[in-house]
Amino acid sequence: MEKFITHVGTGVPLRRSNVDTDQIIPAVYLKRVTRSGFEDGLFAAWRNDPEFVLNQPAYKSATVLVAGADFGTGSSREHAVWALQNYGFKVVISSRFADIFRGNSLKGGLLTIILEQSDVEAMWEAIEAEPATPITVNLEERTVSYGAKSLPFAIDDYTRWRLMEGLDDIGLTLKQTDFIDSFEKNRPAYKPATLPIRS
Amino acid sequence: MGKTLAEKIWAEHVVRRADGEPDLVYIDLHLIHEVTSPQAFDGLRLTGRPVRRPDLTIATEDHNVPTIDIDKPIADPVSKLQVDTLRANCKEFGVRIHSLGDKDQGVVHVVGPQLGITQPGMTIVCGDSHTSTHGAFGALAFGIGTSEVEHVLATQTLPLLRPKTMAINVEGTLKPGVTSKDIILAIIAKIGTGGGQGYVIEYRGSAIRALSMESRMTVCNMSIEAGARAGLIAPDQTTFDYIKGKPHAPEDFDAALAYWKTLFTDADAKFDVEVNLNADDLEPFVTWGTNPGQGLPLNGVVPNPADFADTEARTAAERALVYMGLEAGTPLKKIAIDTVFLGSCTNGRIEDLRAAADVLKGKKIASSLRMLVVPGSARVRLEAEAEGLDKVFLDAGAEWRNAGCSMCLGMNPDQLAVGERSASTSNRNFEGRQGKGGRTHLVSPLVAAATALRGTLSSPADL
Repeated sequence: MEKFITHVGTGVPLRRSNVDTDQIIPAVYLKRVTRSGFEDGLFAAWRNDPEFVLNQPAYKSATVLVAGADFGTGSSREHAVWALQNYGFKVVISSRFADIFRGNSLKGGLLTIILEQSDVEAMWEAIEAEPATPITVNLEERTVSYGAKSLPFAIDDYTRWRLMEGLDDIGLTLKQTDFIDSFEKNRPAYKPATLPIRS
Repeated sequence: MGKTLAEKIWAEHVVRRADGEPDLVYIDLHLIHEVTSPQAFDGLRLTGRPVRRPDLTIATEDHNVPTIDIDKPIADPVSKLQVDTLRANCKEFGVRIHSLGDKDQGVVHVVGPQLGITQPGMTIVCGDSHTSTHGAFGALAFGIGTSEVEHVLATQTLPLLRPKTMAINVEGTLKPGVTSKDIILAIIAKIGTGGGQGYVIEYRGSAIRALSMESRMTVCNMSIEAGARAGLIAPDQTTFDYIKGKPHAPEDFDAALAYWKTLFTDADAKFDVEVNLNADDLEPFVTWGTNPGQGLPLNGVVPNPADFADTEARTAAERALVYMGLEAGTPLKKIAIDTVFLGSCTNGRIEDLRAAADVLKGKKIASSLRMLVVPGSARVRLEAEAEGLDKVFLDAGAEWRNAGCSMCLGMNPDQLAVGERSASTSNRNFEGRQGKGGRTHLVSPLVAAATALRGTLSSPADL
């Protein structure tokens, strides 16, 4: 995973709440067996509308998505994270994220940042007034800055460290194999197993 | 201070705890399907890692599979590739799989319980948000992303931050015609689609204890629609009786039972939040909008967005009415339906089919609509056929299909057309969920059946 320390880019205002993962990428786009190429399905239904914000030239090269509350609800599909990343997004900002989407994004290196709804709205106004406004995300200092504003955000130390180091979660866990081995030795015998097959 | 049920299960599964790090939690069962696993298996191949515990892993084909002509090759080449990839991965890594045509193929959350592999006190994960279904057995069960699928395949554990706990107390007695689907739709309407974010919900109270196992699964299934990754119900005699006799029920049943009986929230435990709901007052519920929180009793009218005090809710309602093609003030019972879908991990089990068949028996569905009946698993289909339910559905004019997720998410050919309106026993009414431009009203199996007969949203009481 690529290390994430700071990112500077421009933002897209997505003035919608409850953006579920079926909107981020509809099910018909989930059939690939690879991790790439999902950008074609990103907001597929909405992108048919020429007025949709992502279709506006001013926001073409934006890398920070600034969305309404409850972003990423619904299906656990990590394809939603891949679609956003494949399209070019590095950061998503919202006042609330669904739990599974947030977990997926932080595993995959897409930084999801929670700000107050009033801060999200102020940001919408700023990037609507001037789409080229640079937004700086500093994970080390846990701040989002644009114009004269610098907004602090919270993220737990462990996740921040893992993202800044670009570390693979599985590699970290495999260092704890001794703990897993000893846990398994004490698992009760009545716990079910899928093999051998009983019918 | 005592512990809640979720806290007990969590504590029993912590492999390693360290300051400033997430807990490393052991996973008792990993369910797999074709859509969210290919990239995970690819990851294992790239790193040369094996599946740590194939004997705690099970796969089935559900999201993509057709529900007709299942003896023929899958027509969509991309769907076929995904299903073939799952089969090849399971073979290579030694994972048990139930493929199309097998009697234990079906929606992954129907398959686990019917095999008796879902048991109290377990931790259960799957790359599917409706894994919360298994919480009905008093298990801690939740959906994960593909990176986590790979993590569990490789390590049988997950690093997780401890969730907060929420109790939802449902006291009272349901009126006839009101079901567990109506309970959960009412809960979501009350706490909102974000209400459960960060929590594990425990459903409690006399109305919950009175529910059958399958009805409890419907409640826990839609915890995710309330924002909670997991929802559970303390196991009791209903749970134990359901598991007994299932293929993978414990051989030493008494030893398991002794443990299961310890799985309850202690009297002096404290939840972070408690919510109360009166079951006596509940009516059949239906959604009018494009998120599962936008629901009302069936006797109501389409709401006026101007009546929402909250700006966000107002904007969302305005958008929803445009998408749904609905006028504020229209009685919900006047809404004409084109397709009725009976099925899914929410309401595709045998009790759901029995309930709908009871309403349809000896009657014909309205000529203005089609009705798809999709059993949750091949086993449910066989069971229904043994009871003659297939005949009831076919005689009524409905289609009797093979098992799969089908129109719940429209990943296979079972989809709504643009502008088509459904009454669906599934779990999500998102824009385009059942097909691009399709409009979904979430309902119980009883409302689905009554709607099929009348052509407009209806409850059996309207017949």
